Amino acid sequence: MKPILQVENLTHTYGVGTPFERSAVEGISFEVGEGEFLGIIGHTGSGKSTLIQHLNGLLKPSSGRILLDGKDIWAEPKKIRNVRFQVGLVFQYPEYQLFEETVYKDIAFGPSNMGRSGDELDHCIREAAKLVGIREETLQKSPFELSGGQKRRVALAGVLAMEPKILILDEPTAGLDPAGRENLMANIQDYHRNRGGTVILVSHSMDEIAQNVDRILVLKSAHVLMNGTPREVFARAGELLSAGLDVPQITRVAMALREQGVDIDPAVYTVEELQRELLELRKGGAAC
Amino acid sequence: MLKDITLGQYFPGDTPAHRLDPRTKIILVVLYIVALFSAKSVISYGLVIATLIVCVRISHVGAGALFRGLKPVVIIIAFTGVLNLFYTPGNTLVQMGIFRITDAGVRNAVYMILRIMLLIMGTFLLTYTTSPISLTDGLERLMNPLKRLRVPVHELSMMMSIALRFIPTLIEETDKIMSAQRARGADFESGNLFHRAKAMIPILVPLFISAFRRADELAVAMECRCYHGGEGRTKLHVLRYARRDAAALTCGCAITAGIIVLARLGY
Amino acid sequence: MATMIETKDLAYTYPASEEGGKPTAALRGVDLKIEPGSFVVILGHNGSGKSTLAKTFNAVLLPVCGKVYVEGMDTLDEGLLLAIRQRVGMVFQNPDNQIVANVVEEDVAFAPENLGVPTEEIRRRVDDALAAVGMSDFVRHAPHLLSGGQKQRVAIAGVIAMEPRCIVLDEATAMLDPVGREEVLSTVHRLNREKGITVVLITHHMNEAEDADRVIVMDDGKIVMDGAPRQVFTHVEELRDIGLTVPDTVALLYGLRQRGVDVPLDALRVDECADAVARAIAK
Repeated sequence: MKPILQVENLTHTYGVGTPFERSAVEGISFEVGEGEFLGIIGHTGSGKSTLIQHLNGLLKPSSGRILLDGKDIWAEPKKIRNVRFQVGLVFQYPEYQLFEETVYKDIAFGPSNMGRSGDELDHCIREAAKLVGIREETLQKSPFELSGGQKRRVALAGVLAMEPKILILDEPTAGLDPAGRENLMANIQDYHRNRGGTVILVSHSMDEIAQNVDRILVLKSAHVLMNGTPREVFARAGELLSAGLDVPQITRVAMALREQGVDIDPAVYTVEELQRELLELRKGGAAC
Repeated sequence: MLKDITLGQYFPGDTPAHRLDPRTKIILVVLYIVALFSAKSVISYGLVIATLIVCVRISHVGAGALFRGLKPVVIIIAFTGVLNLFYTPGNTLVQMGIFRITDAGVRNAVYMILRIMLLIMGTFLLTYTTSPISLTDGLERLMNPLKRLRVPVHELSMMMSIALRFIPTLIEETDKIMSAQRARGADFESGNLFHRAKAMIPILVPLFISAFRRADELAVAMECRCYHGGEGRTKLHVLRYARRDAAALTCGCAITAGIIVLARLGY
Repeated sequence: MATMIETKDLAYTYPASEEGGKPTAALRGVDLKIEPGSFVVILGHNGSGKSTLAKTFNAVLLPVCGKVYVEGMDTLDEGLLLAIRQRVGMVFQNPDNQIVANVVEEDVAFAPENLGVPTEEIRRRVDDALAAVGMSDFVRHAPHLLSGGQKQRVAIAGVIAMEPRCIVLDEATAMLDPVGREEVLSTVHRLNREKGITVVLITHHMNEAEDADRVIVMDDGKIVMDGAPRQVFTHVEELRDIGLTVPDTVALLYGLRQRGVDVPLDALRVDECADAVARAIAK
């Protein structure tokens, strides 16, 4: 897979020269393949938020480089805005950033800033609205009339309308109930599969990450702790737990079963998988 | 970035100045301002400057911090200086084309510049040694007598302290909103004045709406904690005058009275 | 002992939000009794009425039909408003929007100040409340510098300072990260155990219900399930139908059971579940 994004030795230090000097991210390196679905997980304070703001040029590295399609995004600092159109970032609780008179106009903000207009602009807006499940009638309503969940979809559409090559989502399901979460993640999965776009999902929830991504980047205290497929990461569940991170509840069940002597693959991370393995075992007769 | 703007830096400490009752300090500042604006001569200004130096000493403020507090008003100071320098009638000292500098002009310019500087430094000392909450408590106690005139003293004081409490929160939120809009290509740096003003809308609208929502939620939360106005409220910290307050107030009154007398006598 | 909170045929309708719109019936006849000292979790999807119900417990919302009694006091009685609100404290979802003061101790003192408690007594209550939530080290801190979990604990302290008999947490963990959520949950469990304070926790996070005495599930303005967590979670299909999920352990047991493996459905905890599964497989 060709890397669309490369982060090389990224360090960002706040308060240089003051007694409050601290590095929010230190020496972080990783790659994102084109069309990949990457999950980033870590504690509050692990550097997640600082990291993703570097990927779309909102923050400038203290040292290190960010390469988009092989090119350093800060090569031409005056043109950094263009990077933000290619790397779309949706912040946490994005519904708090809506400001226009109608949903249509709010979604238009991003693509308009890119210079789109007329039919092209209209097309972007309607496509984005469709992607997140916003109906035609809703486009003419004021965003402030909508429910919290609908507002969030409008905010998401506002970024999708820029047709970014990479979509970064910071805790997109924060505050939503289980049905809402499932719905939104399904939308995002559809987007990923149908558009083949690269998606980066930042989350606190191991469960959510486990069920959706191709690869997981685990951050701890400004560094990369692990970088691998869900299988590879959850095989090291013990390390995750001692780093103060959680593993999916089902993985903990698998670990407990293993301790009891049941021959289970310890890197199991979905209910369906564990269920299958257990049924296999049962068919096979004894398990210990 | 925006977080660096603090309303009159408060530095917690245990200096004699810190230990004064906030009411004392507020009254002293008022007296100081009266004295400052009554001062007419080198002697009176000298007296004010001497008083300030003494206060600076007992507050343990660094001279550097004191002068840095003048940064925001450098332009006003320069403007006032220039205005007074060139536009005061009197005996001409220097003439450059249509611009005239008179002796009165020089004197006035110096005094005006001093006045602004001393004013800012004085109030800086107040906010440096008094926490925002003490200030609002002090103001509330001082304004209490106004209650008899139907002035909503408690409500005003509550408004002030809640506003102070939310300033850092709103600043944080502004930062977040700006980042989010920047992520959609908003540009707050370039363009003429009109463009930049227009660019503020995607920040101000969400910020205002959020502020109103916060106010709503906060009001409910306050009521749930049995808030029902100022009637019958007691306080965790009750302000009490001590001997040092009496001493400080006496000095303050004496100096101010002295300067007014001097001014009357033409000095 | 009088029931802590009792509702009788409680109904609430929100007025129409826009012109020509319809009013929304949020509660349709809820009958509920909450006993003192219990730890109750109210689950439901967004829009099920759980938050609305919580707000009737301390007269933030008044019943449109039916009644709500707090230790026998009718919430419709205006004269009893302060007494009711002192008995039933509430912690809200947004940590920032319930902190009134610039300094932690001033904020915790807010409620006793409102109640006219004498100054020395306020001091004692503030210190005790902060100790009870584990925030004694932050007495003179500025609240805006605290983490979400810390802010919520300060909010809880602010409520305890009123010496209430019941604390209602209205989705108080929804905006917190896992660490913050854990801080808040362990704090309220401890308060419930050690001080006998009744806790009503409104949430849509299933796992928060595991340690409760009682789980009430709401859907469409009505109570649809009410019982011990183990009991409630066995109704996997019904919970899924109303937009809720079950913990992984129950999902696994249910799936195995559906394929003929003899496992109990109520082995909620990870260790219990592993035990039950290991035994069933060994057969």
